[in-house]
Amino acid sequence: MKDITLGQFFPGDTVVHRLDPRTKIVFTALYIVALFLAKSYVSYGVVLGVLALCVALSRIKVKVLLRGMRAVIFIVAITALLNLFYTAGAPGEAPLFSWWIFTVYPAGVRAAAFMILRILLLISCTFLLTYTTSPILITDGLERLLSPLKKIKVPVHELAMMMSIALRFIPTLVEETDKIMSAQRARGADFDTGNLARRAKALVPLLVPLFISAFRRADELAIAMECRCYHGGEGRTRLRQLKFAAIDYAAFSWGIALCVIVWALARCGL
Amino acid sequence: MEPILETKKLCHIYSPGTPFEHGALRDVDLAIYEGEFLGVMGRTGSGKSTLIQHLNGLLKPTSGQVLLRGEDIWASKESTRQARFQVGLVFQYPEYQLFEETVYKDIAFGPRNMGLDDGEIDRRVRQAAAFVELPESVLEQSPFDLSGGQKRRVAIAGVIAMEPSVLILDEPTAGLDPVGTEHILGNIRDYHRSKNATVIIVSHSMEEMARTAERLVVVHDGRIPLQGPPREIFAHGEELEEMGLGVPQMARVFHRLRAMGADIDPSVYTVEQARDAILTALGKAVE
Repeated sequence: MKDITLGQFFPGDTVVHRLDPRTKIVFTALYIVALFLAKSYVSYGVVLGVLALCVALSRIKVKVLLRGMRAVIFIVAITALLNLFYTAGAPGEAPLFSWWIFTVYPAGVRAAAFMILRILLLISCTFLLTYTTSPILITDGLERLLSPLKKIKVPVHELAMMMSIALRFIPTLVEETDKIMSAQRARGADFDTGNLARRAKALVPLLVPLFISAFRRADELAIAMECRCYHGGEGRTRLRQLKFAAIDYAAFSWGIALCVIVWALARCGL
Repeated sequence: MEPILETKKLCHIYSPGTPFEHGALRDVDLAIYEGEFLGVMGRTGSGKSTLIQHLNGLLKPTSGQVLLRGEDIWASKESTRQARFQVGLVFQYPEYQLFEETVYKDIAFGPRNMGLDDGEIDRRVRQAAAFVELPESVLEQSPFDLSGGQKRRVAIAGVIAMEPSVLILDEPTAGLDPVGTEHILGNIRDYHRSKNATVIIVSHSMEEMARTAERLVVVHDGRIPLQGPPREIFAHGEELEEMGLGVPQMARVFHRLRAMGADIDPSVYTVEQARDAILTALGKAVE
């Protein structure tokens, strides 16, 4: 239970780590836009190159990045297969092979390859964001980015606070789960064998205490927050002030430039 | 005498092969004998929790062996299962693992997992409840409606109902008031006496250890530097302090008195012994 790596933060002191979280979030968004505009080998080459550069700058090991991919292999495989079989070739193009109801055209192979690349790049760039930015900074950044929505009564601060609390309690709950599991195992509970129905039933002695303790913690936290006069975001100052530096403006412009270049390439038929 | 539980060169390393790797136990050799009341002490992070979780097969040793009546508990799946039932483990704050609708069903969870028939389960549940002094009327209540002390007793009954030959309790009195503490310790002593069961208590309350345990084991930094009867252990006052543990108040008082030149027995550690020692020193007869 202890090795949940999905979206884990790896502290570091590189250019990428030091960027303002808002910059990184916007850059990631722009990158995703560029990714969906890309339609040819050249434009995919450009987006791939940009990601490779970012990964190199962040000193995140490629191995670590690839380990995160294991969770999505299934989705990637299904998407690739669907694209492979359901892409019709250009009129007059000969199928690569044909068997029973399956017909594969060269266009299908290309579509599948692009789709795999697109999903992998999409996931890599979001992983890069969470690997290089602490969860608290991401939430801070999101709160600031979304703050214009306060005008239309979206409770941005409350949402951000909920997110930080949720993130903060993941390790606590994981530890709690471990503890309760051991305790029930000591009473002969068996979580690992039996068919699906039996295993689901075996989870009751784990889930009931876990929920009760989660509610108890929520209650205690709420009281602790009120004791310290927490009453929502109004008029609160922050411990960490987010400030844009020159490099943030540079990163913004590169993000926009990337989108424009990929869009222009697509317009030129590349 | 053949030990009932024994560890041989027991080592445990957490998260091997990652940057978080650290050893929790190093070459621990420990023998626990049938019917004894053993106290395990050590500061937070000394490895004492890791040690007791090996004794009933919840953790698998990185290297070394755990023997239950001379047999390796990891020899087969069945022997591990038997170890879980033979060696009952009550975790810290066990009241947080209650989950059933009624106290009766919760205490019956362990025996039911052992595959016993209904009659036997009923006998064990009632007997376990009696051991921890839970009134019959509580059995049909929801465990979540009980007070903190009662919840803890239900949780302990849940393990006692499995009738383990070795009962291990991790900080069974943590967070209880003095009356609750006395109650629980009394219940555990009763179980020890009437079933002739081996009992292991983990605690860092020296006073409690001084009063209840027959033999003490000190865990420090993944090893066992000291073990023996309380009298001997508490004579190593300075070493214990260095390990972040203390000695009972009475032992400290007597060490000081001796240092000040009083001619008294240095191995005193309980109030009763202190009373007798002082009376003897004053030349009055001990009743």
